[in-house]
Amino acid sequence: MTPKSEAELAQMIKGANAPLRIQGGGTRPIGHAHGDGLETGALAGVTLYEPGALTIVAQAGTPVAEIEKPLAKENQRLAFEPMDHRTLLGTKGEPTIGGVVAANVSGPRRISVGACRDFMLGVRFVDGAGDIIKNGGRVMKNVTGYDLVKLMTGAYGTLGVLTEVSMKVLPDVAAQAMLTLDGLNDTQAIAAMSAGLSSPYEVTGVAHDPQEGKTLFRLEGFPDSIAYRADALTKHLARFGTAATTEDTQLVKDTWIGIRDVGAFAGKDGDVWRISAKPSDAPDLVAKIGPKAVQYDWGGGLIWVLTDPGRNIRTALGDFDGHATLIRGGAEFPTFQPEPPALAAITAGLRAKFDPRGILNPGMMN
Amino acid sequence: MEMPAPDARVLSRKDYIVERLCAVLPKDAVISDISETRAYECDALTAYKCPPLCAVLPANTQEVAAVLKICHELDVPVVPRGSGTSLAGGALPTADSVILGVAKMNQVIETNYDDRYIRVQTGRTNLSVTGAVEANGFFYAPDPSSQLACAIAGNIAMNSGGAHCLKYGVTTNNLMGVTMVTMDGTVVELGGAHLDAAGLDLLGLICGSEGQLGVVTEATLRILHKPEGARPVLMGYDSSEVAGQVVTDIIKAGILPVAIEFMDRPCIEATEAFAKAGYPMCEALLIVEVEGSESEIDAQLKLIMEIAAKHNPVELREAKDADEAGRIWLGRKSAFGAMGQINDYMCLDGTIPVSSLPFVLKRIGEMSKEFGLDVGNVFHAGDGNMHPLILFDANKPGDLELCEEFGAEILKLCVEVGGCLTGEHGVGIEKRDLMNVQFDPVDLEAQMAIKDVFDPKWLLNAAKVFPLATSEERRAA
Repeated sequence: MTPKSEAELAQMIKGANAPLRIQGGGTRPIGHAHGDGLETGALAGVTLYEPGALTIVAQAGTPVAEIEKPLAKENQRLAFEPMDHRTLLGTKGEPTIGGVVAANVSGPRRISVGACRDFMLGVRFVDGAGDIIKNGGRVMKNVTGYDLVKLMTGAYGTLGVLTEVSMKVLPDVAAQAMLTLDGLNDTQAIAAMSAGLSSPYEVTGVAHDPQEGKTLFRLEGFPDSIAYRADALTKHLARFGTAATTEDTQLVKDTWIGIRDVGAFAGKDGDVWRISAKPSDAPDLVAKIGPKAVQYDWGGGLIWVLTDPGRNIRTALGDFDGHATLIRGGAEFPTFQPEPPALAAITAGLRAKFDPRGILNPGMMN
Repeated sequence: MEMPAPDARVLSRKDYIVERLCAVLPKDAVISDISETRAYECDALTAYKCPPLCAVLPANTQEVAAVLKICHELDVPVVPRGSGTSLAGGALPTADSVILGVAKMNQVIETNYDDRYIRVQTGRTNLSVTGAVEANGFFYAPDPSSQLACAIAGNIAMNSGGAHCLKYGVTTNNLMGVTMVTMDGTVVELGGAHLDAAGLDLLGLICGSEGQLGVVTEATLRILHKPEGARPVLMGYDSSEVAGQVVTDIIKAGILPVAIEFMDRPCIEATEAFAKAGYPMCEALLIVEVEGSESEIDAQLKLIMEIAAKHNPVELREAKDADEAGRIWLGRKSAFGAMGQINDYMCLDGTIPVSSLPFVLKRIGEMSKEFGLDVGNVFHAGDGNMHPLILFDANKPGDLELCEEFGAEILKLCVEVGGCLTGEHGVGIEKRDLMNVQFDPVDLEAQMAIKDVFDPKWLLNAAKVFPLATSEERRAA
């Protein structure tokens, strides 16, 4: 099914009598989805863009690329730099903005500017009863009623099918630079990344690749300012070694696209897990898992691990401050971190309200 | 503003309810004498007052859970209260309610600079969160005007903002985790010291839910390292249209100031009379602040001054040092106090798309004449969050009602141009009955369905947010 309008989508959901598998561009097959395909691709187009107000509104099926085009013309961008899952998952198709929002997809800049959910201003969606609901709006500060915008962001379509999203955008930057420290072990790297993030130099990306032994720091802004901060940050990090600096903006861009999309794991055999953790816990957690390969992003707060297929790393992790999601690989165990009973009850209660017949991506977030 | 009639069954059992609460709390944590409960009869929306049945001041999560369990069992309404600084009546009691104050819960539980967070009990004031970390060069970003007094609990309930949201976001963007007690006494943990909590974004849902879904007892807050420095520039223009254009041009130039504040003529006049900050008399005054090192500030201000100069300012003043910066901020920071010197005022909080600023200001000016009440506008111009201050005389019969009517018209206008009723103060009782202007019944139904899940009996702060007629069936059930 490919509804051409929000009203048609509402009718389809009202009339549905079997589970629906909701799909944007189909580039992020994460979680256990089954049912009749419902594609949002025909609900496409930017409906409003006000560069002076840093606001863009688009229909959910709009390709991300179609959003980035008008933004680039005005020197603006989606600052949370959503990951493109095609590299890691080997999928085809065009990622849509609705898919980005439904999965709350963010990139390395999440550590400094926030996640996709932090840039969300408003949503329109159709719930499981076929009702069209709106929440939020297109202004940057809005506390009118409950924040269903955040609730819908990252709900993987299980509470409703997004039809329109409204987002905050930010100015693009004139220049980028990158500092690289060599040869740090994981614990030293986490300490160095924490030091970078605890500086006043507005680091907008901090990642560590243990395989290559490289710890990376990204700076963005006006050229003079970047030069100043690269110098200041180098001094700030001196106790971890002498950082090499590059001000080749294209090289910096390409490097961080690689980190964003976990390019290092592309085409390599094994399951891929995404772990959100307290940064200083990260080396211990990784040691417990004993993975084939690791990438630390968000200063250690986001750990990507490559493991042997079919292994449930949650057994090794035990209770920890964070959660693990299986991004690539099929398995018997849940894709998402199981919730404690009190939270599971709330989640089940919300699903029952928004999707009383249990037809929207049922079982998806298990 | 109407409130539901108190439940006679609750009022008649006051002694028993107090006795039960005393059994789970220290003696001095239960306040039931009418001479003392009066201290909790209102928040900062002082036009409305009603002493509660009693007030309790628990010291930790377990005591909060014990109180809620009893109230849940006995069907007693509960109104959570931070520091009572709500401008929207968020902490206004009903006569049959227990005020649950978090004031005693003000401890710092953990500070972690490596992982950049602080964990506090939610009765702690906003400013004292920064106070706990500033010696190490850190701060907590959301900075509502009431930050000296307001509690983190209230900040979370209302998703409070401040003057620096353009760069740092509001409470929800700086909240990493909470411990929350639901109405039946269940303790839940959401998020933690990691980013992007698991499962549905319940943390995002709780933030801004006005104390209707649970009582947040502890919070993990993101802390940031302070910038090297910050400096403002002041500019005055002959019209709000031009000032609006300057704001747009600055943003489009790729500069993201940490704050862009706007004041109109009535507000400048009142402020000058009160604080003598040396502001130019003009139609629109902007304060734009940027952050960074000295050289970065110089570079950004140079760009901003160039843009500002293109629009024929009546005044353009760059702060050369901390003293001049202080004087530029002095007027803005005393604006509310200055307006209060003239008269009683009502502070509105609607948000509009920045592009509608000139039109909305013009309409407010026209309406001011129609209603015969003066208005001053102070404004977070970067994010469109307006703060029209309507002056009225509380001692003059009918003036408050007239002011409320005027305020409602302004908020309807905000919604009409694509904005919303409230940007950072919350709905409370103040904007409750206007929710139908912004939302269709089906939108409100979706929101109320959420409360059904967290608080099926509708006991927690239930007379707020939703129009009484809309929530009546649920509250009566």
